[in-house]
Amino acid sequence: MAWTRKDLVSMQDIEAAEIGEVLDTAESMKEIATREIKKVPTLRGKTVVNLFYEASTRTRTSFEIAGKWLSADVINFSASGSSAEKGESFLDTARNIEAMSPDVVVVRHKAAGGPALLARHLRCSVINAGDGAHEHPTQALLDLLTIREKKGHLEGLNVTIVGDIAHSRVARSNIYAMRRMGMTVTVAGPPTLIPPACQELGVKVSHRLEESIAHADVIMMLRLQHERMTGGFIPSLREYSRVWGLGLDRLQHCRPDVLIMHPGPVNRGIEISPEVADSQYSVILDQVTNGVAVRMAVLYLLAGGKAA
Amino acid sequence: MTFREKAEVLDQAGLDRALTRIGHEIVEQAGGADLALVGIKTRGETLAARIAQKIASIEGQRPAVGALDITLYRDDLGTRVEQPQVRSTEIPFSLKGITVVLVDDVLFTGRTIRAAMDALMDLGRPRVIRLAVLIDRGHRELPIRPDYVGKNLPTSRKETVAVMLAEHDGQDRVVIQEPEEGEASADGAAPRKREATTTPPRRTIKKGRE
Repeated sequence: MAWTRKDLVSMQDIEAAEIGEVLDTAESMKEIATREIKKVPTLRGKTVVNLFYEASTRTRTSFEIAGKWLSADVINFSASGSSAEKGESFLDTARNIEAMSPDVVVVRHKAAGGPALLARHLRCSVINAGDGAHEHPTQALLDLLTIREKKGHLEGLNVTIVGDIAHSRVARSNIYAMRRMGMTVTVAGPPTLIPPACQELGVKVSHRLEESIAHADVIMMLRLQHERMTGGFIPSLREYSRVWGLGLDRLQHCRPDVLIMHPGPVNRGIEISPEVADSQYSVILDQVTNGVAVRMAVLYLLAGGKAA
Repeated sequence: MTFREKAEVLDQAGLDRALTRIGHEIVEQAGGADLALVGIKTRGETLAARIAQKIASIEGQRPAVGALDITLYRDDLGTRVEQPQVRSTEIPFSLKGITVVLVDDVLFTGRTIRAAMDALMDLGRPRVIRLAVLIDRGHRELPIRPDYVGKNLPTSRKETVAVMLAEHDGQDRVVIQEPEEGEASADGAAPRKREATTTPPRRTIKKGRE
């Protein structure tokens, strides 16, 4: 399968073979992290711009490390302290950056569709690093890599995503990608945080935590984004934690080989207890490690083959 | 573009004899100690394992064998329409201070070997790097020369050399292929890979790959 996309904006229209190619490439990239000298010359002379309009440490650092290990020049641009504060529009900023001939622009924006807009207007490659409550494709890819690594395969696995589905770009990208890979996805959470038309994405909906995780091969706990919890979605943090938080007691009814995932940052004691986050079932730090490998793979596939 | 077989260069017995001789030459020159064979993916890896077996039967001790993927070190990245597939590098031993014999199936422009040497240097500092190839078909573009050669094979640039190994292709043989008459430029995409431009040799011998 040849990778021919200019951009990685959404998991909605991506083929299973393309996902497979990213995961295979990422698996090969992992070896570089074990080296004494963590650098290969592959993207020498290529420029990657991290254009971040929203706070991020993990994702931006991960892209930065990925680019640097591949020898690309990585420039970080954050909206605070930039001309965006002086009133320059998003597209104008992006066009100005493009005028400096980058090869890849990695963009995070609070507005859904921001990266897609750039992909249409810029000649260089655009990677969506999270747009509002819409999508976060590289997160879904690193989650799939982690699952495939631990379980040996993807097809036929049961995944339960727990928490604030409505505001989660991680959930949406994962649902598209997991459905494409032949996995069964259940979403669980309070009715206020599950979008009404959710079933149209091909997922099962559950409003009881124990029931939804009993047969799961993978449980993905989402961060309760308290900055978005101002609309009366939940009665209180304590109540959310009591009903939807994953503690060791609830794990007893799960499969013995269940994987616990979390896209981070973790609210310990709210959606997941510290004991579970640090348990043998948790692969949260593997996800972070795999994030670098997946981003190296995506940068390689998008940036390398352009000049022809 | 399709290719037809022009001549058989090595049959199974010939190929086996060539590897036996290379094994003997390596032992004679490098001894059996502090020696590792590193095959360049994919067929070089298989050949390295076979040569290691030969050395084991001569010396009683099998040298370490690793596999190197050179994709990330290619000099033509970004000039191709598609990115070549990255495979994994597996060298589970330290290269420091040892003799490394790089093993590849066909030596052509020398660009693969340049990439392989850069990759090895990033992984450690071997005492010596030597080069063993099953076929040397000429047309070097870089100052690189093999230390152990299974067979020297004068070719024209239009021809391709197909190394078939039982592990990948169901049989052991090496053949020269040439383009079918009158078809030389019929297909837009294939000739890029097939013809000798600056493409490393591994890409020109993809006949019957796994």
